[in-house]
Amino acid sequence: MKNFGGNVLFLNRSDINTDEIIPAKYLTEITKEALEPHLLEDLCLEGFVPGKSTRDKQVVITRANFGCGSSREHAPWAFEVNGIHVVIAESFARIFRQNMFNCGMLAVELPEEVIADLFARFADRDTRLATDLGNTTFTLSAQDHSLTVPFNLPPFDRALVEAGGWVEYADAHY
Amino acid sequence: MPFLDGHWGDAMGRTITEKIFERHRVDSPYEGVRVIRLDVVACHEITTPIAINDLAARGKDRVFDPDRIKAVIDHVTPAKDSKTATQGKILRDWARRHGIRDFFDIGRNGVCHALFPEKGFIRPGYTVIMGDSHTCTYGAFGAFAAGVGTTDLEVGILKGVCAFRLPETLRVEIGGTLAEGVYAKDVILSIIARLGVNGATNKVIEFGGPLVAAMSMEERMTLCNMAVEAGGTCGICAPDQTTVDYLWEFIQGDYDDKDAALEAFAALHPCPDARYGEVIEHDVSGLEPLTTFGHKPDQVKPVREMIGQKIDQAYIGSCTNGRIEDLRVAAEELRGRRIAPTVRGIVSPATPRIYRQALAEGLLAVFMDAGFCVSNPTCGACLGMSNGVLAEGEVCAATTNRNFNGRMGIGGMVHLVSPATAAASAVAGHLAPPTRTRQQGDVR
Repeated sequence: MKNFGGNVLFLNRSDINTDEIIPAKYLTEITKEALEPHLLEDLCLEGFVPGKSTRDKQVVITRANFGCGSSREHAPWAFEVNGIHVVIAESFARIFRQNMFNCGMLAVELPEEVIADLFARFADRDTRLATDLGNTTFTLSAQDHSLTVPFNLPPFDRALVEAGGWVEYADAHY
Repeated sequence: MPFLDGHWGDAMGRTITEKIFERHRVDSPYEGVRVIRLDVVACHEITTPIAINDLAARGKDRVFDPDRIKAVIDHVTPAKDSKTATQGKILRDWARRHGIRDFFDIGRNGVCHALFPEKGFIRPGYTVIMGDSHTCTYGAFGAFAAGVGTTDLEVGILKGVCAFRLPETLRVEIGGTLAEGVYAKDVILSIIARLGVNGATNKVIEFGGPLVAAMSMEERMTLCNMAVEAGGTCGICAPDQTTVDYLWEFIQGDYDDKDAALEAFAALHPCPDARYGEVIEHDVSGLEPLTTFGHKPDQVKPVREMIGQKIDQAYIGSCTNGRIEDLRVAAEELRGRRIAPTVRGIVSPATPRIYRQALAEGLLAVFMDAGFCVSNPTCGACLGMSNGVLAEGEVCAATTNRNFNGRMGIGGMVHLVSPATAAASAVAGHLAPPTRTRQQGDVR
């Protein structure tokens, strides 16, 4: 299994699309590694500096409908090759969410008010997140402040994460 | 043996999608999850090569059934550089290696979602995946068709199965009469504006009602094509006489006559007591030509309110609006006129067959006389990869499906419109509704 904890990057906008996560011009690459410098390159968001804001981050927390648009798995891969294996949002576009689990990564939905609370408490602080898959909780901590929130991980998604992805799961079952 | 033999079980209350899922079920590993058998796994050169390389690296360079795999080079064709040439080569070599007969290379290639339907590959009741979000287009034929990522595609290629969370169905009942100059593109833009960009996430949108019944297959494809812009897994239309007529050249060996095909297809129709997540009535009477105005497909307003917005390029093509009916409508708008000197006009007939037909009907001459460049069939410009990329600060009236920031080029603005509006705007030099909708004395 992958590592599901680390420093948190907050992206305070809904509907961040796949073209913002990885622009189409990089779809001509045929290795995942080549995507590494270009993560979120076209994202226009106050306080966000492409190439800099994502450095040494392992977790993304964001708003609604994250990953809408294209089916390109280059979007989850761009996160993966940057060491980001967890995205937490109010909601996801279907294909992006499935692609994350298919790669053995976590795309977890939390209720709108919980996300709002996390933004209010942690967005402007250096925040770390730890994932307890057994108890399905996230623990966020910043300086002296810490908060544990439960999340829901449907059994099929858990199976994909534990198998390491859909190729491995399908290979074992079909 | 016809694929649809009429035996779709007796259970009541099912939608089209539920019937298709039942018929294709391989496994239900967990509640609400279905692993289904695939009738078609479609591939293009952008999202498939990494799957091919990964299969090879795993020592599993195999395909589940070469006849059920369809492949095309369409996104960047002819190749524009070494990288895109390599992507094409990987797909081409793989297709040859595995005996994939339905592989379409330059000279025979076209935009996947226009090409595969016109080849008869998409049939009612089929399940289709492709590493492309606009795969939902195929729902126009009464198929369940979903865009997937490369990993789903990879497993599809290897095993012929795919997993889905059982989608809820949202029924959109479209009624009313379309005004002159208003088209299927305007209808779907109005629906996306109503639902929002995630209004149909994890749902299939079942389009029905008198307006859909009266639509051609081309119009239904335009409608279903943009279901994903509202987050939908698939757009779907019940197959009917129009579907039978369109597919007849491919299915005539399977049925005694068209009536028999129609009867078989009727088995797919939703049960009268089908359970929908939601049913919405959408009346298109009074609908005007529409355009998007921001970077999200649900930011929609009447073209009338945007007249005067200068454009640098008009693009007519793509899997949304690059079919023969679209070209006819645009050419009608352009006949005897010239586009503004400040506008670059580009038309890309979506397939060689459409190209040839447009040529035979004299449409390409109309485009050229008006000052358009006629491009080969390709997806290129729609996603800013080739054949019409915008410069920073430029504006395009496009018949495509996405207006995301940077979609057709960094710093470019895309206004999604119908082919008629794109053509009228090209002539005006700014966003403008089709001439047929304009009253005497309107701003031009």
